[in-house]
Amino acid sequence: MSLDLVAQYLISQPFLHGAWVTILITVVSLFFGVLAGLVLALAQQTRFLPIKILTIAYLWLFRGTPVLFQIIFIYNVLPSFDIRFSAFWSGVIALSLNEGAYMAEIIRSGLQSVKKGQRVAGQALGLSHLSVLCWITLPQAARIVLPPMGNQMIGMLKTSALVSVIAVQDLLLVANQTASADFRYFEALCAAGIYYLGLTSIFMIAQGAMEVALDPKARRRRANGEAGLRAILRRILSNTTTAGGDNVR
Amino acid sequence: MSADEKILELVNVSKTFDRLQVLTDCNLRVNKGQTIVLIGPSGSGKSTLLRCINLLEPPTSGGVLFEGREITDDPRGADRLRRNIGMVFQNFELFQHLSAIENIMLAPMKVLGMSRKDAHDVGLELLRKVHIPERADHFPDELSGGQQQRVAIARALAMRPKIMLYDEPTSALDPEMIREVLDVMSDLSQEGMTSVCVTHEMGFARRAADRIIFMEEGRILENAPTEAFFGGDANARAQKFLSQILH
Ligand SMILES: Nc1ncnc2c1ncn2[C@@H]1O[C@H](COP(=O)(O)OP(=O)(O)OP(=O)(O)O)[C@@H](O)[C@H]1O
Ligand SMILES: [Mg+2]
Repeated sequence: MSLDLVAQYLISQPFLHGAWVTILITVVSLFFGVLAGLVLALAQQTRFLPIKILTIAYLWLFRGTPVLFQIIFIYNVLPSFDIRFSAFWSGVIALSLNEGAYMAEIIRSGLQSVKKGQRVAGQALGLSHLSVLCWITLPQAARIVLPPMGNQMIGMLKTSALVSVIAVQDLLLVANQTASADFRYFEALCAAGIYYLGLTSIFMIAQGAMEVALDPKARRRRANGEAGLRAILRRILSNTTTAGGDNVR
Repeated sequence: MSADEKILELVNVSKTFDRLQVLTDCNLRVNKGQTIVLIGPSGSGKSTLLRCINLLEPPTSGGVLFEGREITDDPRGADRLRRNIGMVFQNFELFQHLSAIENIMLAPMKVLGMSRKDAHDVGLELLRKVHIPERADHFPDELSGGQQQRVAIARALAMRPKIMLYDEPTSALDPEMIREVLDVMSDLSQEGMTSVCVTHEMGFARRAADRIIFMEEGRILENAPTEAFFGGDANARAQKFLSQILH
C-alpha cells in the first residue's frame, strides 16, 4: 500500500471531477427534495380529498420501494414510454422524489409542533396570516425540523453513490473504475473514503452552525462570552450521539 | 371619565359550531373605562363570547359594534380591528422562540412598522409597568407562570389597545402568583383601561369590576352592577353559581 498513491488519486482529475459530481447530485437533489417535501407537507393538510389521496399514494410508492429501484426505473423503464433523461438527471429526479417523501414527514411534524394557540396569539395582536407564518410558525418549526433534516442531508450524500449503477461518473464509480484499472483497490477506495468523510464533516459543521444560528438562546450566550465555535461543536457532538438509526433505503 | 361613552356593543350575537348552538342572542354594552367581569359554568360560552369581540370567532348572526362601527361586515378589517383590542389567554401563549422583550416588540414592529429601537424602548417601559424589567432577556420557559402572564399583558398593551380582553388569566397559575397578575390588571382598570374579563376570582371582581355578567348555556342571564350583584340582587341561577364557586 502506498500513501503517496492515495495522495495522487486525491488530486487527480477523475477524482476531483467525481467528487464534484457527487456534490452536485447531492445539493441539487436536496434542493428539489426539500421543495417536494414542503409541497407534500402542505398538501397533506388540505381538506380536498383528491389531493390528499394523491399525496398518500405518492408517499406509499416512494417509501415502499428501494431508492435503487427508483433510480433504475427512471433511467431504464421510462424511455420505453418515450420519456428520456440523461443518467445524471435520472439520478437527480429519483433522489429528489424519494427525498421529498421523507422530507414531507419531517416538515409536517415540524409545522404541527407549533401549537395553534401560538398562531391565535399572533392573530389577536393584529398580525396578518402571512406575518404569523413568517414570524411565529416558521421560526419555531425550523428549530424542530433542522436536526432531522440535517441527518437527511448527510444521508443523501451517501445515498447519492447509488447513481453509479446507471453509470453517472460520481465519486464511487470513479474510485471503482480506477481501482480495477490499476489493481489498486485499497488506495483508490481510501481516496474516495477520504472525500466522503470530508464532505460529511462539512455538512455536519454546516448543520451545527445553522442550529446555533436558529437557537434564540445562543445569541444571549454569545453576548455572555461563549465562543461560537464551541457552541457549534457541542451541537455536532449531540447530533452524532443522537442520530441513532440512519434511514435504510 | 365621561360616564356613558359606549365603546363596544354586542347586539343579538349568536354562534353555532356545526349544529351546536354555543351563544344565543347575547346583548352587551361596554362603556369607555368600564371593567366588566364575565362569569358562568364551564362550557357556558364565555370564551366564545370573548372571541367574537375580536372576531377570532366570527358570530353566526348578530352585530358587534366597536366605537359605533359595525365590524362583522368586513372580514378584511379583522387584522386592523385586533390592533385595537388586546387579548390575554389562560395559557399565556408567549412566543416560545422570543425573549420577553422580543415578545412585546414583535407586533409594534411588524404591524405598526415601529423601529427596533423604539419598540425596545416601549418594551422596557411596559416591562417596568408589569414590574419585571429585569427579566427582559429571559425566554418564556425561564419565567414563572405569573411572570409569563405579566409579559403577555405587556405584549397586548404594546399595541396601545382601546380595550383589553382577558380569558381566565389566572386559572393556570399557582395560588401565590395569582395576586401579582390581578394587581397588574386592577392597576390598569384603575387607570381607565376598558376591560372585559372572564374570571372566577371574586375578590378581583368586587374590587375592580363595574358590572358582573353571568352566562349559562350560551345566554346572558344576568348583567348587574357589582354592588347589586354581590348584594343579593342577582337572579337565582347566578346566586346559586356564586355560592358554588365561593366554596
Ligand atoms: N372551535 C369549536 N368547535 C366546536 N365547538 C366549540 C368550539 N369552541 C368551543 N366549542 C364549544 O362551545 C361551548 C362553549 O365553549 P367555551 O369555550 O366558550 O366555554 P367557556 O364558558 O369558556 O368554558 P370554560 O369555562 O371551560 O372555559 C362548549 O360546549 C365547547 O365545546
Ligand atoms: Mg373558556
